[in-house]
Amino acid sequence: MTISTGQPGASGVSSPIGQNRSHIATGDEHPVTAPLSIHDMTVAYHRKPVLWDVDLDVPSGRLIGIIGPNGAGKTTLIKATLDLVPKASGRVLVFGKPYRKQRHLVGYVPQRESVDWDFPVNALDVVAMGRYGTIGWCRPVTKRHRTAAYEALDIVGMADYAKRQISQLSGGQQQRVFLARALAQDAQLYFMDEPFASVDVATEKAIVEVLRRLKDAGKTVLVVHHDLQTVSEYFDYLIFLNMRVVTHGPVGEVFTPENLKKTYGGRLTLLNEAAELFARQAR
Amino acid sequence: MTQWSILDTWIVIVGSLCAAACALPGTLLVLRKMSMMGDAISHTVLAGLAIAFLVTHRRDPATMFVGAVVIGLVTALLIQLVGSLGRTEIGASMGIVFTSLFAMGLVLMRQAIDHVEIDPDCVLYGAIEASYFDQITWMGMNLPRAAIINGGAGIFNLLLIVVLYKEFKVSAFDPALSTTLGINANVMHYLLMTMTAVTTVAAFETVGSILVIAMLIVPPATAYLLTDRLSFMMCWSVLLAILAAIFGHVSAVTVPTWFGFGGTSTAGMMAFCAGLIFVAVWLLAPRHGVLSKVFHRCILQLRIVREDVLGLLYRLEELPPSHELSTTPALLQGILGVGPVLSTLAVSSLARRGYIEHRSGQLHLTNQGRRAGRHLIRSHRLWESFLQKHLHLASDHVHEPAEQLEHITDAAMQNQLAERTNQPQTDPHGKKIP
Repeated sequence: MTISTGQPGASGVSSPIGQNRSHIATGDEHPVTAPLSIHDMTVAYHRKPVLWDVDLDVPSGRLIGIIGPNGAGKTTLIKATLDLVPKASGRVLVFGKPYRKQRHLVGYVPQRESVDWDFPVNALDVVAMGRYGTIGWCRPVTKRHRTAAYEALDIVGMADYAKRQISQLSGGQQQRVFLARALAQDAQLYFMDEPFASVDVATEKAIVEVLRRLKDAGKTVLVVHHDLQTVSEYFDYLIFLNMRVVTHGPVGEVFTPENLKKTYGGRLTLLNEAAELFARQAR
Repeated sequence: MTQWSILDTWIVIVGSLCAAACALPGTLLVLRKMSMMGDAISHTVLAGLAIAFLVTHRRDPATMFVGAVVIGLVTALLIQLVGSLGRTEIGASMGIVFTSLFAMGLVLMRQAIDHVEIDPDCVLYGAIEASYFDQITWMGMNLPRAAIINGGAGIFNLLLIVVLYKEFKVSAFDPALSTTLGINANVMHYLLMTMTAVTTVAAFETVGSILVIAMLIVPPATAYLLTDRLSFMMCWSVLLAILAAIFGHVSAVTVPTWFGFGGTSTAGMMAFCAGLIFVAVWLLAPRHGVLSKVFHRCILQLRIVREDVLGLLYRLEELPPSHELSTTPALLQGILGVGPVLSTLAVSSLARRGYIEHRSGQLHLTNQGRRAGRHLIRSHRLWESFLQKHLHLASDHVHEPAEQLEHITDAAMQNQLAERTNQPQTDPHGKKIP
């Protein structure tokens, strides 16, 4: 299935997680522009700094975990990057251009609790919202977009629930609907805010499957993650965050007790957990 | 009843137009949990009218209208601003802003009232009864001004919502995503506030600033109980709003005469009828209504008791024949521990469906009833085995949960249970699994 955006200037967009990357400046003769570069970003709430001087170049085509303790500014990092909270300073480039000009390349999965699930829409309506940016202002949602939304629901195993009102879905199913919406967005760079938070096993599997598909399609995905046990299994690149970027790099290089200690500070229980984790991996 | 005249027809038309115009932005306000924003904006209209006059020294309708709408928007802006300063939640922020502006409006009115023909009574309660006499000529027809103004506001709202339907939908449901998609949730918020301000200003002459809030909120809140789709919710809101307007006027002219009074305020009756309709829907709505919930709970309870009766009769049949079998309905009721109404209903509906039969005062299973009883007991005992084997519950703790699970177990689940427990012959208590 191929879907074109119907917008002049935008190149063809393939199925929800298609391989088409023609609108990104990639090419063998040019160095690949980073999907996301953040320069000197500082964010403060009521004068209290939450993020300090974040400088980050994110590599292309990776599954990137953002880890750090509660209150480390993980959600704020995403929200400030996406202009959802004001920045005190700093700028954000997406594939080498300011974010404002590149919105269509960016997908976002907010925390599940951030919306009212009693809203009178069904699962398919929510997924179709992922395509609103592509459809453009004042144009109606056509059958073609609904088909794309339905296919995205199918990928996360929720096709049977398309017509279900969203309050009648379980928490895990709601999370999968959000994920399907991200797929329907057909972006190149994704931000996901704790998609694994309190979901069932089937949903966890579905999310991992979706992440793999996105990676295979060459997309870059940043995921706020809490469970250190699964970090090395799910991600191939990590950002350690605690008000500033402690370190970042491929999982094999940076997922060490020292970095965890630097990020999580003196939280003993967590360090013990980490020690156990490394002991198990060494075996 | 007094004679129905052209006057009454126009009152109903104006009321319907006003109510329908309010219902559209009202739906979005209710869904965004900002219902009181309409109240806030409607109260500051007064200040807008006074300021518009004091600034321009003109009192033509267009100037008044623009002034009121602008102040409505300023209200919305100030509420956001005060709320974002911290330590003030949005409800308190509304309370601060609109009461201040409302009071200022009253004071200014007093200043201006010598010069402007604004009737405070009309501001608060509206003048829908008099709307017919204020006519203007439009496209060769003489129409009440209120009909044109409210109709215009309704068309304005309808056009905006039809054209920007998906934008309003996504920005109300998920403002963060909406903004990242390039549909700025703030822009949509102020568009909605503009709609609310325009509608309120148009409506306040008709129903008064106090009753605008009823028209903005009650029909949409009622519609919310009737449907799970946004588009249907909007249609229902408009329909219910029109119904409230019609019933409102009809009861305003009829009900008081039953008690020997003259007619009462139509605007008040419109709001009251909207409230009555809400109560009726709250009770009777097919899915979210109170009665339907109670009804479904009763049906479920009855089904469970029916199944329990079959299970009990089956267990009694299992006993060795030497036991004195006594299966009178009264005894069943005692063993099952349910009320007489429920057990009588259960027994009679089982008998009607041919699951049990009465023979000399005793109840007996028919073949069909025995099959159903066996199914239930099999589920029960398989669950007991499963709970003991996989959840390691003690054998004296498995009966209670199995008693509940047996009612939601179909044949497929039964087969799975049997597989997971290695097709046991007996349950943890040593009873045979049928």
